[in-house]
Amino acid sequence: MFSTVLPDVLIQGWALQLSPELASRAQFGWTISVHIIFASLSVGLAPFIVYFTWKDVRTDDERFTRLRSFWVKVFAAGFVMGTVTGIPMSFQFGTNFPQFAEVAGELIGGPLAFEAKMAFFLEAVFLGVLLFGQERVSDRTYILSSVLVGVGAWLSAFWILIVNAWMQTPQGFEMITRNGMEVAKLTDPLAAFFTPRMPWMYVHMVNASVISVALLVAGVSAYIVWKKRDAAAWNTALKLAVIILLVTAPLQAVHGDAYGRHVADTQPQKFAAMEAHYDTGTADLHLLAFPKSIDAITDPKAENLFTVSLPGVGSFLATGGDFDAEVLGLNEYEENPPVAIVFWSFRFMVGLGFLFIGLALWGGYLIYNGRLSESSRFLKTMIAASPLGYAALLTGWYVTEIGRQPWVIQGELRTSEAVSSTLSGTEATLTLVGFVVIYIGLILVALHVLRWLVEDELSELGVRASDDDRWYGPVPKVSDDD
Amino acid sequence: MTELVLLVDAYLVDALPEIWFGAVMFALAMYVVLDGFDFGIGMLYATRDDEHEKETLLTAFGPVWDANEVWVVAFGTMLLAAFPRVYSRVLADHYLLALGFVLALLFRGLGPEMREQRDDERWKRYWDYSFIGGSFLAPLLFGTLAGRWIFDAPTLSLPALLTGVGLVTVSVATGAAFLTAKTRPRLASDLRTYGIIATLAYLIGVIALLTTVVVTDAGGAAETVLSLPVGAIVVLSVVAGGGGSVLALRGEYRAWLVSALGLPALLSLLVALLLYPNIYPPTGLTVREAVVSPLALNLVTILGFPALLLVLWYFKFLYGVFSGPIEGEGYKN
Repeated sequence: MFSTVLPDVLIQGWALQLSPELASRAQFGWTISVHIIFASLSVGLAPFIVYFTWKDVRTDDERFTRLRSFWVKVFAAGFVMGTVTGIPMSFQFGTNFPQFAEVAGELIGGPLAFEAKMAFFLEAVFLGVLLFGQERVSDRTYILSSVLVGVGAWLSAFWILIVNAWMQTPQGFEMITRNGMEVAKLTDPLAAFFTPRMPWMYVHMVNASVISVALLVAGVSAYIVWKKRDAAAWNTALKLAVIILLVTAPLQAVHGDAYGRHVADTQPQKFAAMEAHYDTGTADLHLLAFPKSIDAITDPKAENLFTVSLPGVGSFLATGGDFDAEVLGLNEYEENPPVAIVFWSFRFMVGLGFLFIGLALWGGYLIYNGRLSESSRFLKTMIAASPLGYAALLTGWYVTEIGRQPWVIQGELRTSEAVSSTLSGTEATLTLVGFVVIYIGLILVALHVLRWLVEDELSELGVRASDDDRWYGPVPKVSDDD
Repeated sequence: MTELVLLVDAYLVDALPEIWFGAVMFALAMYVVLDGFDFGIGMLYATRDDEHEKETLLTAFGPVWDANEVWVVAFGTMLLAAFPRVYSRVLADHYLLALGFVLALLFRGLGPEMREQRDDERWKRYWDYSFIGGSFLAPLLFGTLAGRWIFDAPTLSLPALLTGVGLVTVSVATGAAFLTAKTRPRLASDLRTYGIIATLAYLIGVIALLTTVVVTDAGGAAETVLSLPVGAIVVLSVVAGGGGSVLALRGEYRAWLVSALGLPALLSLLVALLLYPNIYPPTGLTVREAVVSPLALNLVTILGFPALLLVLWYFKFLYGVFSGPIEGEGYKN
């Protein structure tokens, strides 16, 4: 085994070693947090790419040539990052959580295989055409390639969320014994694919991806417009992004509200954790919560928070109309998810969601007055807001995934039972450290690439990058000595 | 109604588990053949100093590598869908090799893509290292993992390491054949030499591997190795490798490419023959014992096989668009 070759003592000596379970969970959580940014970038950017490509090829409008060329570059870099960070995800089901893969194999194997065959290939093949093939295929095939890349991204999300939704609200199976192990046997494919959670999750996630990309597009456009007010293409892009936000941001709030009710129905423990609701009884809705002490941050409970609450509205939401309804509290359960992470993540996500609506309305008002590119305050705000869509998206997923703990398959298999029994703490810690270091590097590279693309665009528009915008990497510009 | 019952209680055709074993091995073959020449391009890239030649190699690699790499995902997920125990155990039992392999893929994939982003000598050089290192380590680790899988051998043992080296050399051979068919005469004749050496090294490696297996009876595979089908594969490999080298020397690069791609395909067939009827020797499970229930397998068959045919069509289209030699600045414009 490899562990005999590796300097076991080294890691143990530094007291860095984590338990296999903790290291595996941290590793999966960390790697998916990075992957999901790139995956949702593909999903959210796809409609923009299709639109820009279609306008570019059909109208020969220089603005759209510029926008297509810029955003296809972003898409390509994001797609490569998505591929290289996505492959470790599917491997970790086997390397770190083999009992999960085996127990759920019949249920998750099909959708994951369909994702590869129906979605991933489609996206990868036609992205090759989109990036390198414009002179080699007809206009129609070229536009079609952009559409197929987009379809691939959306289908990819579809199959992956079938798997995730099944883990939240599993159905369509029975437990049997195979080769000495209790595993789930598929009994009803339609029920297993289209679980109660699936449509909620798909709409919420795709819309979140579009919102995140709209904020990114708005932020980049605002920056370029701020530097050069008459950049026609980027004024168009900014306006487009604001219009898309005007539709998607309110939709997310309305949809999210109904989604919350569905979670209360299907995963009451998670709902209780989202509201830090410990005692069974009427639940209030905490619109805003402020910790009274440090303890209240790490262990939020209604009594140690200053809250702005709507009495009984938690009950009203959970049941869809009854203010006095009894909502199960966390004290009813033997083992609970980490309430603090779930509670604060949920508030962070919802708060950002309302901020996005505000930004959209502000932008809409400026469009109405024809002053969108004139308000420096708005432009600066949008620049600052450009990464916030991803912050909301990530915290939303933390609510979903951490809120499901201690279960990996709700009510069927605990995460602790899913972790590899042959994995040593040394191996798990080693790979965790590797992934953390490499992925931090990856994120830094991605941010630099985005920045250089923006700088190149500015210099093409005739804006000189000021000296303090220069890249200060570890690399001197001139080096003759090596 | 009776049809529905049939779907639930019995496999669509009686041999469906075996067909799925074949399908999984087919995905493996597609991966080893297609990403194999990508790895080969990456390793041959290390021999190029001239910026223009480097660009030519990257142009050959650019539009196809990502789609090629997806075959490893197809292979893994098809294995999971049909044989979940095998997928779980193979990956869990080879933890560091498996994750080392995906990290090698990460560096391989990022290299060329990131290199293009900045016109800076050192930046480009670091991403060149990433591309070359990843392209070497990925087939080495994947092959070593496969060797452990098939022969139930430790990482640092001849059967495992020779499988790893075999995959590295065959990748160089196919990479060279792919590039010579796509580049100008001077570069092509240069790469051809590497290709022929790699082909010979590969053939020696395979024969050494099989000899080791017969002598040590690794994974109890000695008997299978001495059987007629395995003998036939060895003979065919020698013919394809030797004949391919002659074709290469004659400058018939397209024909060489075809025979060179035959080598990793034959290697995958060899893997299938060595395993069957078992599927992961340490578990002692046969294909029939490890397979999922009829309904699940029928479902992935009905939905998956048409999808697989469609994928093959995409590849025909992709390689059609990017066929022929690379001229000047390459495929771009």
